[in-house]
Amino acid sequence: MAGEIKRVVRHNLWKENPVIRQILGICSSLAVTNLMANTLVMGVGVIFVLAFSSLTISALRNFIPSRIRMMVMTLIIASYVIIVDIFIKAQYPEISKALGPYVGLIITNCIIMGRAEAFALKNKPFVSMLDGIFAGIGYALILLIIAFVRELLGFGTVFGLSLNISGWENWTIMVMPPGAFFVIAIMIWAGANIQARVNKKLENTARNTAGGRALNG
Amino acid sequence: MGESIYINPLVIFFASILTSNMVLANFLGMCSYISVSNEYKTASGLGKAVTFVMAVTTVMNFAVYKFIIIPLGLEYLRYIVFILVIAASVQVIEMVMDRYFEGLYIKLGIFLPLITVNCAILGISLFMVIREYDFIQALFFGLGSGLGFWLAISALAAIKEKMAKSKLPKGLEGPGITFIITGIIAMAFIGFSGIFQIQ
Repeated sequence: MAGEIKRVVRHNLWKENPVIRQILGICSSLAVTNLMANTLVMGVGVIFVLAFSSLTISALRNFIPSRIRMMVMTLIIASYVIIVDIFIKAQYPEISKALGPYVGLIITNCIIMGRAEAFALKNKPFVSMLDGIFAGIGYALILLIIAFVRELLGFGTVFGLSLNISGWENWTIMVMPPGAFFVIAIMIWAGANIQARVNKKLENTARNTAGGRALNG
Repeated sequence: MGESIYINPLVIFFASILTSNMVLANFLGMCSYISVSNEYKTASGLGKAVTFVMAVTTVMNFAVYKFIIIPLGLEYLRYIVFILVIAASVQVIEMVMDRYFEGLYIKLGIFLPLITVNCAILGISLFMVIREYDFIQALFFGLGSGLGFWLAISALAAIKEKMAKSKLPKGLEGPGITFIITGIIAMAFIGFSGIFQIQ
């Protein structure tokens, strides 16, 4: 059990990170990341939807006919998204207006369907919920990093607090769409490089421990 | 938002192709935009299918929203209703094409199921509701957004085909360089923004 939880955490936060490793859920991750506050609300919304839709789908996994499972899963996901949408509208009307249609678009966010299809349909409810939570955290973390860079460079602020750097000139391009594309490209690049370095190190240690024995492949 | 200035449908049409391009300015439909853009022909086929489905579903969703959802006061259920309408219309389009336009079906058929889950289709319907478009505006908005997607994905696929053999830093291959190209295309499209603007 403990080993399984550890595996779930590691996979979702880094190895199969939805955004930079699997390139899933890009739509919303780029659109909401010009302000950190909006990003945080969006991230928490996605974590909530992922956790509970994974839990529900996993609990129902033996009752969902496999031919219409897509439709059933979409309806389950949509129900939770409606809850999130109504909650944000009631509690944070300003942010709800800024997020516009992107809260509703959580439904078609590939991460949620992806986790349901790849994990929740095959695992027990509790582990599935954990998987959902950590996939959501992995997503939200990347979003927050992108938003941090874009807000800092684009507005000179962090969470709306001005840093008051003298002589600072805002990079307007960062809060416009191209900025989002460039930041995510650099993050994917960095992610791929770090992974390549880790792989190399693993290979080396494997070779050293294997010593003189023949190493195939 | 929601002010009563009437925007000319033609302005909406051109703005949704160029200045408010749904991929380059609104980040909608990124998944298929990234993954189906390695070959110009396929990308263009997907673009055509999206244009067609988007025009149809936007109009359908407009009718459903106006004549069923609002009278019944079910606004909070609109996500579910829109998705069902989209899935159903894609199914119907697929059947009609299979029956009457076989050539077209063979060309675009494989993309149709993919499109159901394309966030762009749902996104455009939601934008239409938020911006309170009327029927003609919704039609031009759906059509223009589809054409905008077609333009963007064709441009990307053509560039990717040209640079398929060029040398890249290892970590940048695949999605990384795709995003950089997209960023540059998006920058170029910002140049249109002085001509007309919606939102």
